[in-house]
Amino acid sequence: MTQPKPFPLNAWYAAAWSHEIVHELAARTICGKDVVLYRKSDGAVAALDDACWHRLLPLSMGRLQGDHVVCGYHGLVFNDAGRCTYMPAQKTINPSACVKAYPIAEKHRLVWIWPGDPALADPALIPDFHWNDGTEWVGEGGCFYKLKCDYRLVIDNLMDLTHETYVHAGSIGDEAITSAPFEVTHTDRTATVTRWMIDIEPPPFWKKQLGREGHVDRWQIIYFQAPSVVVGDVGVALTGTGAPQGDRSQGVNGAFLAAITPETETSCHYFWNFVRTFRKDDHELTAAITKAHVNDGHGVYDQDHAVLEAQQVAIDRNPRLPFYNLNIDAGALWARRLIDGMIERESGAPAPVSRAAE
Amino acid sequence: MAARIEWRQATLRATTDLAPDIRMFEIMPEGDFVVPAPGSHLNVTVHIDGRADARSYSTVGPCDDGAWRIAVKRLPESRGGSAYMFTLKAGARMTVSTPGNHFPLATGRPQYLLIAGGIGITPIYSMVLALAKAGADYRVLYAVRRPEDLALADRLAAVAGDRLQTFVDGLGQSIDIAAEIDALSPQGELYLCGPIGLMEAVKRAWAAAGRPVAQLRFETFGASGRFATVPFTVEIPRLGKTIEVPANRSLLEALEGAGVAMIHDCRRGECGLCALPILEADGIVDHRDVFFSDEEKADNAKLCTCVSRLAGGTLTLDTADRAA
Repeated sequence: MTQPKPFPLNAWYAAAWSHEIVHELAARTICGKDVVLYRKSDGAVAALDDACWHRLLPLSMGRLQGDHVVCGYHGLVFNDAGRCTYMPAQKTINPSACVKAYPIAEKHRLVWIWPGDPALADPALIPDFHWNDGTEWVGEGGCFYKLKCDYRLVIDNLMDLTHETYVHAGSIGDEAITSAPFEVTHTDRTATVTRWMIDIEPPPFWKKQLGREGHVDRWQIIYFQAPSVVVGDVGVALTGTGAPQGDRSQGVNGAFLAAITPETETSCHYFWNFVRTFRKDDHELTAAITKAHVNDGHGVYDQDHAVLEAQQVAIDRNPRLPFYNLNIDAGALWARRLIDGMIERESGAPAPVSRAAE
Repeated sequence: MAARIEWRQATLRATTDLAPDIRMFEIMPEGDFVVPAPGSHLNVTVHIDGRADARSYSTVGPCDDGAWRIAVKRLPESRGGSAYMFTLKAGARMTVSTPGNHFPLATGRPQYLLIAGGIGITPIYSMVLALAKAGADYRVLYAVRRPEDLALADRLAAVAGDRLQTFVDGLGQSIDIAAEIDALSPQGELYLCGPIGLMEAVKRAWAAAGRPVAQLRFETFGASGRFATVPFTVEIPRLGKTIEVPANRSLLEALEGAGVAMIHDCRRGECGLCALPILEADGIVDHRDVFFSDEEKADNAKLCTCVSRLAGGTLTLDTADRAA
């Protein structure tokens, strides 16, 4: 039996930020499939297999002619549905000449692609990523393209924030995270890790955002949507003002957003944002938060980036060594269980065992 | 978008006769099962006069239960493929490929018109099931010669209801192609599979209606012409050869059998690689390809040797061989 891939294909994956796709050919690899994306004159985005039907040259090396793609080798032309509309030196067109066109949807400021069976591509299945809409919550965000690790390692990272204490000491890390109890719940498509740290000294980043003295109640409510979207509702409020009971008015609230798209089995595109509901018009703060995350190797996410890629290198060098799991991995394990279920339903075969390397 | 195909050993689980000369084969492959998308075909190894050859047959229905289904029409002038298939009994061992697809169905179009002629119903049937499941707006027109030829019509009617309309040539019923195209949404697509006469009529009507060529999708089986399939003679003065082409072999096969070096790819009359120049024809050239335009076919300067024939008589051809 061929081993199924470690990712389901029948799912919506972020392929680009909406602003990145203009009337130009843009190449991406998504779930091992080479795709060329472009925005048509009616504003909709098209996605085709990035290989000409004729001799497989990447179509992204060609050019756009109106809303059609001209291959840069022999000039075959394909429309936005992938159908050939021109062949050189003949009066007819071979009826089997076409390249695959992928279902595309645009929502929450991202371009989503469905790499699997197009008949199953229901837009209602696009993950809820409304925090990224730029209205109720604001933030700039970005993408780590071609991050050199299995996308599931990013999910592991985000589903347990104990790592903040060690990877992000001095900004959001805090010993309190490692000692606070947490609860993990799940549905058939989601997993949620909820952790409250009551009456603690706020870590430096949050102390600055709150701008008030005193102890706080800190929350981290991490919400996973299978197969690869994570939203972390995070913040602090002055202790005793009722935040655990639902009144966050005496606090500051942010959310980290992650749409993680497998590029290959051991690399991924990590679309991220950090959004907030406080000081929404403060563009300097928005820029500062972006810089705090990604700053030429010195940001919080740069720290994760280094850990994740080093982890993948170690996995590749230790074949068949299983991961060991701790209590803190419950959220990540529920996420992986939901991913595995999607793979099994899709392929009819058990998902690859979640170990360090297969 | 031809997917890479793999050959598999398989067992014939059962056969079912769908019409007097159309039989469905239920094939259980070994190894990973691949669910065929609508429009897919399987390549099947057939044995003709002791030699192995391959034939392509469209898959029938969703085939999502671990069995691949194909339907085969027994052709009196068969090159041997269908005659071989009709000798197979349940339990027979077979060699078949994983599904390929030259005729994929696009999703999300506002409207679909499906036209099938005869055995051309096989890919169209799978498309109807997929469109019905997706809740798409479609209409399916199914034309046959005799009432008993309406294979799969009952199953189609159960799914498609009054979206299905059948036409029996022998009862004087025929499709008003122009009117049907006229009624189709401008963004709608037409999927067509059937004999060359029907295909050419639909292609002409499509072009006359000013519809975009990319929205007419069709697959050719390359087996049917406007004239009966009969033996004919080929002369190649350059090579000093006279070759008899029997009714059950293609011109290309006969040429290769006689030692004429040829290039070819699709063997369906689509790519044009096997075309040879016609020097003279004392019979009617039955162009069965979709590579040449109507004007080129009328010129009779070349023919696609994989599918086209002479309707009796002698055909004088040139070849690319400059060593002779």
